[in-house]
Amino acid sequence: MVSIARVIRVAAPGGPIGRMGRWTRAPAVIWVPALAVGLLLALPLVYLVIRTVGAGDDAWALLFRWRTVMILLRTVALVVTVTAGSILIAVPVAWLTVRSNLPWPRFWSVVAALPLVIPSFVAGLVVQVALGPRGMLQQALEPIFGVTELPSIYGFPGAALTLTLLSYPYVLLPAQSSLRRQDPSFEDASRSLGHGRRATFRRITLPLLAPAVGAGSLLVALYTLTDFGAVSLLRFETFTWAIFVQFESGFNRGLAAALSLVLVGLAAVILAAEAQARGRARFHGVGPGVAAEPRRIPLGRWMIPAVGCMAALATLALVGPMGVLAYWVGRGVAAGETLVGVGDLVLNSLLVAALAAFAAALASLPVAALVVRYPSRFAWAIERATYTGFALPGVVVAIALVFFAVNLARPLYQTLLLLILAYVVLFFPAMLAAVRAALAQVRPSLEEASRTLGRSRMATLLQITLPLIWPGIAAGSGLVFLLTMKELPATLILGPIGFKTLATATWSAASEAFFARAAMTALVIVFASGVPLLLLRLRLGQAPGQGPPPARQ
Amino acid sequence: MSLTRRALLRGGAAAAAALPVLAACGESEVVIKEVPVEKIVTQEVIKEVEVERVVTVTVPQPPSESQPLVIYSGRSDSLVDPIIQQFRSVSGLDVQVKYAGTPALAATLLEEGDASPADVFFAQDPGGLGAVESLLSPLPEELLSRVPAWARSPEGLWTGISGRARVVVYNTDRLSPADLPDDLWGFTDSSWRGRLGWPPTNASFQTMVTGMRSEWGDDRTREWLDAMHANEIGIYPKNTPIVAATGAGELDGGFVNHYYLHRFLAAEGETFAARNYHLPGGGPGSLVMVAGAGILSTAGNRPAAEQFVNFLLSTVGQQYFASSTYEYPLVEGVKASRILTPLADINKPAIALADLADLEGTQAMLREAGILP
Repeated sequence: MVSIARVIRVAAPGGPIGRMGRWTRAPAVIWVPALAVGLLLALPLVYLVIRTVGAGDDAWALLFRWRTVMILLRTVALVVTVTAGSILIAVPVAWLTVRSNLPWPRFWSVVAALPLVIPSFVAGLVVQVALGPRGMLQQALEPIFGVTELPSIYGFPGAALTLTLLSYPYVLLPAQSSLRRQDPSFEDASRSLGHGRRATFRRITLPLLAPAVGAGSLLVALYTLTDFGAVSLLRFETFTWAIFVQFESGFNRGLAAALSLVLVGLAAVILAAEAQARGRARFHGVGPGVAAEPRRIPLGRWMIPAVGCMAALATLALVGPMGVLAYWVGRGVAAGETLVGVGDLVLNSLLVAALAAFAAALASLPVAALVVRYPSRFAWAIERATYTGFALPGVVVAIALVFFAVNLARPLYQTLLLLILAYVVLFFPAMLAAVRAALAQVRPSLEEASRTLGRSRMATLLQITLPLIWPGIAAGSGLVFLLTMKELPATLILGPIGFKTLATATWSAASEAFFARAAMTALVIVFASGVPLLLLRLRLGQAPGQGPPPARQ
Repeated sequence: MSLTRRALLRGGAAAAAALPVLAACGESEVVIKEVPVEKIVTQEVIKEVEVERVVTVTVPQPPSESQPLVIYSGRSDSLVDPIIQQFRSVSGLDVQVKYAGTPALAATLLEEGDASPADVFFAQDPGGLGAVESLLSPLPEELLSRVPAWARSPEGLWTGISGRARVVVYNTDRLSPADLPDDLWGFTDSSWRGRLGWPPTNASFQTMVTGMRSEWGDDRTREWLDAMHANEIGIYPKNTPIVAATGAGELDGGFVNHYYLHRFLAAEGETFAARNYHLPGGGPGSLVMVAGAGILSTAGNRPAAEQFVNFLLSTVGQQYFASSTYEYPLVEGVKASRILTPLADINKPAIALADLADLEGTQAMLREAGILP
């Protein structure tokens, strides 16, 4: 807080504001909004500190126990496994869909990205029912092979499998976009210098891909850290589960806040690890960086296995779960259940998801500009602060925003505006990662040329920078859109009274074991998200200006 | 105040450039009411209620246009929305409902404090109501006296609306009632190792453990918990997956509330291989608990709030819970569903609600036993 006061004092003394002296060299039009976004997104942290201080000795007694350490270790094991699994799935899929001659690449791209929209409590339920010891798979196998019981899916294996299948798209989307942007001339150079395809892939393509994979892996790790739906249903006790137990049974906000702070600490360690990895990897684009279509490598005799693997993945991650959902709908209808209309729910979901994507895109511009163009400790601190919401369970963020809205911004409370703000707080890092990567590849000289030729700063932004970073904005908006489509706790707590979305309707039905109704709205979420995603993909496919690879100085 | 809130809602939307769409959403809400099936149900009910009004409602409240009734419901809308719709059409009031989990709403109410827009908190369990007791104001005696004393707050701060019994759900392919023990202690036998499930984070389960502490004392309760834990009982997040696992034969049985089974039977038919077992030996394993409602002391529309609680405790309201959610009605003269074991046949322990208040002590014990984190 002291530092913020200083920042403001430094900025205040008159004259044309625009320099922050020792903090940053960025103009005020960039650092002021960036700082505002950073502060806003760090609000949940302030709340947690306030509540933890109020919790007193109980909190310490709870934190410093052997059991807490064990839960922490289990959580770390899950995070590492899910992140590694996601990379192992996403990198080959990204390569196959962007750089090989796999048939229908756009179809596979959309199908492979869609598991992201399945709410995790639905996925947990589906995995339990389908793959449980006496689930659907066992029922199908029994008459043929006489299998009376499958090995237990519960605990680590089930949780890791489910979360990997739900979250590998976080790595897939940036990896695809990075592969699309890679300048083929690097690979040409490598090949002409005598490296084979494999060596070229290992020494050129993979290292160039690393920053995008790193950014996506960060999102996977943080998502795994904060998931509750899947881990609770598959009975693997993680740190977020422990936080929910405090909320659920203790109504003890102090203890829940103390545990949440530990989660933030764990997230900070993950962020530091990613920064460390990124810091070592430096790649410079040289030459004019003429846009070129990525070259597609013929798969030859690997074609059939490749298509087989894509189909297997689609079956496991998307078609399988949707099949189970469709089965529930069918069974419910057969049992006489009437399915009510979902028109309003679809409209509400699309409305908030689109607004959240738009708001997040807007908020990401100053932060991305600050981080990319004026790197400094100040920029670094703001960027880290924006990860707060993503590193916390949704219910914690929602309750924190209730606290601030009620005490400081009463008129905003339970309005759509606050709900959209909550989505931005929750999902901002997904947006920032994409926009930052896109901005990093825009040469400052282009903007400088525009300014020299007499364009205003705003005109330069609108006519030069925005068109160039459009693919990044589109990719980030797509992610925020999908995440908002399935968001639950913040929508329930912060939404205007009576406001329902597809996700809340699914939860409401599933929590009372009305499986047919829950399954129907869950299916609608997938379809309603798939259509915009498909449009976005087609649009991205046409987008011009696949520039040179990210230049890092 | 309500107009201001709605205006703000619109304002927020307008600021986000979405006014037309939101307005469209508001209109389509009205359309839902006109679904033919709903209409028939509503009309029937209006008739019943008109008769009832003459008999029981002492002071009919004139519908107030300006002040909506705001309900925070920890009970899911798939369960209670139909009855709230009926109240809406009967009372003519503008009723607004916020649905979320009971714990999340309790935490929200605590953060909101005096600023809460809520008039009524309709909670899944007494634990949720107990957590916000400091925010509730006593209900009128006329409402409290309709339910038996065991089913309401000792201080009159909230009342039970419907009853739920603790049962043992068991798989019918593997077990018959004759294989099941008379009371909870029978399950500590090593023959039950790895065959059962429980939901330790669930408020109803914790209330049952609190009942044990009141009946048996802390030492015996800890002994039972340790024995079950040592018997490798499976930890599940809530009741539903336990009933599902029992029906599938993944578990032989589990400790749950009675009504989940009937949802599965309704969805999957009579072939669903699980049934409920009421422990004949009684004790805390046969506890009957309630879902309840309380009125906030900051309620802006107290008359409407009382009217709503009154409606839930009317014959129509009670019949709804008996027939649609398979819970036990609490008001005398309303019959439970025929498919349920009559409340009178359950060997309920004589534990007062006041003795079930110490959820925190129970959670501490569950943590010590390594059952909760």
